[in-house]
Amino acid sequence: MSENLSYSAKGEVANLVQRRTKFERLKIALSKAPFSAWFGMIVLFIYFFAAIFAPFIAPHGEAEIFPVAYAPWGDGHIFGTDQIGRDIFSRIIFAARNTIGICLIATILALFIGTVLGIIAALDRRYVDQILSRIVDTLMSIPVMIFTFILLSVFGPTNLNLILILGILESTRFFRISRSVAVGQVVLEYVEVARLRGEKLSYIIYREILPNIASPLIIEFGLRFIFIIFTISSLSFLGIGIQPPSADWASMVRENAILIQYAQYDITAGLTPLIPAAAIALLCVSINFVVDWYLYITSGLKDDVK
Amino acid sequence: MMSNNNKKGDLLLTIENIKIDGFSDERWHKIIKGINLTLNRGEILGLIGESGAGKSTLGKAAMGYTQPGCKIISGKVIFDGTDLAKLNEYEKRKIWGTKISYVAQSAAASFNPAHRLMEQTISAGNRMKLDTSENLKKDAIELYRSLQLPEPENIGSRYPHQVSGGQLQRVMTAMAMSPRPELIIFDEPTTALDVTTQVEVLSAMRKIVDQFNTAAIYITHDLAVVAQMADRIKVLRYGEEVEEAETREMLSNPKEDYTKSLWSVRSLIKPEETSDNMMLSIRNIDAAYGSSKVLHNVSIDIPKGKTVAIVGESGSGKSTTARVVTGLLPQLKGNIIFDGEKLPPKLENRTREQLRRIQIIFQMPDTAMNPRQTVDEIIGRPLEFYHGIKGKERENKVIELLKMIELDESFLDRLPSELSGGQKQRICIARALAANPDLIICDEVTSALDQIVQEGILKLLQKLQKDLGVTYIFITHDIATVKAISDEIVVMYQGEVVEQGLKSKILNPPYPDYTELLLSSVPEMDPDWLTNLLNKRSL
Repeated sequence: MSENLSYSAKGEVANLVQRRTKFERLKIALSKAPFSAWFGMIVLFIYFFAAIFAPFIAPHGEAEIFPVAYAPWGDGHIFGTDQIGRDIFSRIIFAARNTIGICLIATILALFIGTVLGIIAALDRRYVDQILSRIVDTLMSIPVMIFTFILLSVFGPTNLNLILILGILESTRFFRISRSVAVGQVVLEYVEVARLRGEKLSYIIYREILPNIASPLIIEFGLRFIFIIFTISSLSFLGIGIQPPSADWASMVRENAILIQYAQYDITAGLTPLIPAAAIALLCVSINFVVDWYLYITSGLKDDVK
Repeated sequence: MMSNNNKKGDLLLTIENIKIDGFSDERWHKIIKGINLTLNRGEILGLIGESGAGKSTLGKAAMGYTQPGCKIISGKVIFDGTDLAKLNEYEKRKIWGTKISYVAQSAAASFNPAHRLMEQTISAGNRMKLDTSENLKKDAIELYRSLQLPEPENIGSRYPHQVSGGQLQRVMTAMAMSPRPELIIFDEPTTALDVTTQVEVLSAMRKIVDQFNTAAIYITHDLAVVAQMADRIKVLRYGEEVEEAETREMLSNPKEDYTKSLWSVRSLIKPEETSDNMMLSIRNIDAAYGSSKVLHNVSIDIPKGKTVAIVGESGSGKSTTARVVTGLLPQLKGNIIFDGEKLPPKLENRTREQLRRIQIIFQMPDTAMNPRQTVDEIIGRPLEFYHGIKGKERENKVIELLKMIELDESFLDRLPSELSGGQKQRICIARALAANPDLIICDEVTSALDQIVQEGILKLLQKLQKDLGVTYIFITHDIATVKAISDEIVVMYQGEVVEQGLKSKILNPPYPDYTELLLSSVPEMDPDWLTNLLNKRSL
């Protein structure tokens, strides 16, 4: 048996020859991003910029009242004024702050509650899983909209209540997803190794499992964010969501809806209530574009391209 | 049925200087770097090499097929006069499944779980309208019979999950054989099977290939297996040919060092020793998964500083025993005495010190490491967790451990996906060592690895035992490995201990029946081994 086999553990050929940093990977991903993804990212950037710097961008205050109600477009007010004389353009910018802010906090809350409970259920498949899953089934069997109505009328339509109620109700979806993905991970040996080492539950959840189920959760986060925007907008349109004088796109649609009747005399008047509606639609479409692109990158889809 | 008028020995397949590239991580890599191959009718060619050698890719290229993400760069695949590489999908589909068929490694993953076996067996014949369904079914039953499947008339009406792994692999061979192809590609068909099942599948395959005078390409990494099947053997490495020779020639007189190294693990020998000082005593253990009981009154003694191998086929309860010892599966009755003290059955009730002293290394290093953690985090965590070593000291200790397993600090920030199979298993060993344990349970640690890498790992484990005095429980179904490393052997069968004792006692006659069956099923480096064995068993 000759010993000149030149075998060494170091010399074994691994799958990857060259390591790329996260930054390089991001650059490659961005350089290959399709137009829709770029469109989505730019629009989202504008929305978030507007939301953060609203007081500096908006020409007038959020609740500042001018003498002329229903003023036409131009003439100091780009999109005119509303029924009590507030500047519509400024309110659209401030609404970005309110709507996006509240929805984002509610979505993050839902993500946190749902994911943590979902992984705990996956780790203990006997009792904890049964109890949590049946509670979630019960919550999911009641339509979110109607349930939110009831809870809001019981607790009062404050922003905090809105966030808490939607955060808890929507966490059921994160629970379902994180539980089903985590079930596939907890049976893998690396989780067993951590348990055998005697690690605490929190370490196993955050350091071992969470990084490995992040992709589907991020995608769900994007989609759930859109659904929460829809729910809050629907509530606001009905008058029990974000309360005046805080600006909100959906309540602006309702407040200015009457102007549509005047479209035959002045087309811009007819368009006024559609602008906040378009703002909601554009935001949701943009998030979808970005999520689609992320889904494409993280899933195996791209491997099929020859 | 199609008749095969062509004579044995005519040229069937020629592959000329084929080059195949694969696309991964945004780059093209060379997988096959120019290989020539010829195959005559009725001949079996063995392709061997370690994983990543390109043997599966070459086998599939013989069908004119490449996996998604791969493409044939240049070269010809001439099958029966036509260049498959030039045909379009439609023309290739007419040849696939009828003139060329393919038997995959994992039969369980290759059958559609929603259809009955018979439907799938005759699907290629049905698709190409080779014959009526009735005749195809009759023929399939005959094939089942010659493959020695139980109840050949009825087995076709079962679903894939209702038959065993070895049976499924034979049904897949019947499926490949049903249209009477001129060429069959066997891609590691027995790798996932136990030695005892492997013998049955091998003999069935050999018989049927012989019966219909079919040419075959047999892909495997096990030289002893290919020696039973092939007329000629071609050795591949890194996408290039190392050497090719007639089977007997190759076995008796391999030319290249690399070929010699392929069965080197069988040359490792360890003198046996024992000790009266017990590290671990398992006393009358019963254990169950849910309501099905898998361990019956198991008692095993593990001497300090020695290696005890637990052998048996899958389902014999070897891994379950390991799970009971680690506390992952609390026993129903019986005791585990570790270094003089009784271990609590449940994981949660054991102290951190008890957990530290027993470490386990799993079969699949891919799933035993968190894919999102670097080597530094994987090895460093037990250091920090058990010994409170932090910061610079921790890094130094991790590098020290990496050197112990013959790697170095350049591996610190790598992710598991950037390591080879052997390197991954070494990292798992380092992680176990980081806890500074007294007992390491090795659960089939080498069975997913290539021969040459296996040898490296086994040598490393032996060296570590000599240096650190650690005790091993070595769970395996590979007798060659057992011979190489163990002091004592425990034979398990259907959840019970059949035999336990020193290596020299177990591996020498007289044997209990089961030990005899197990030992005689291990393929040997002799092309006549299977023939002799079958003759002996049929007597």
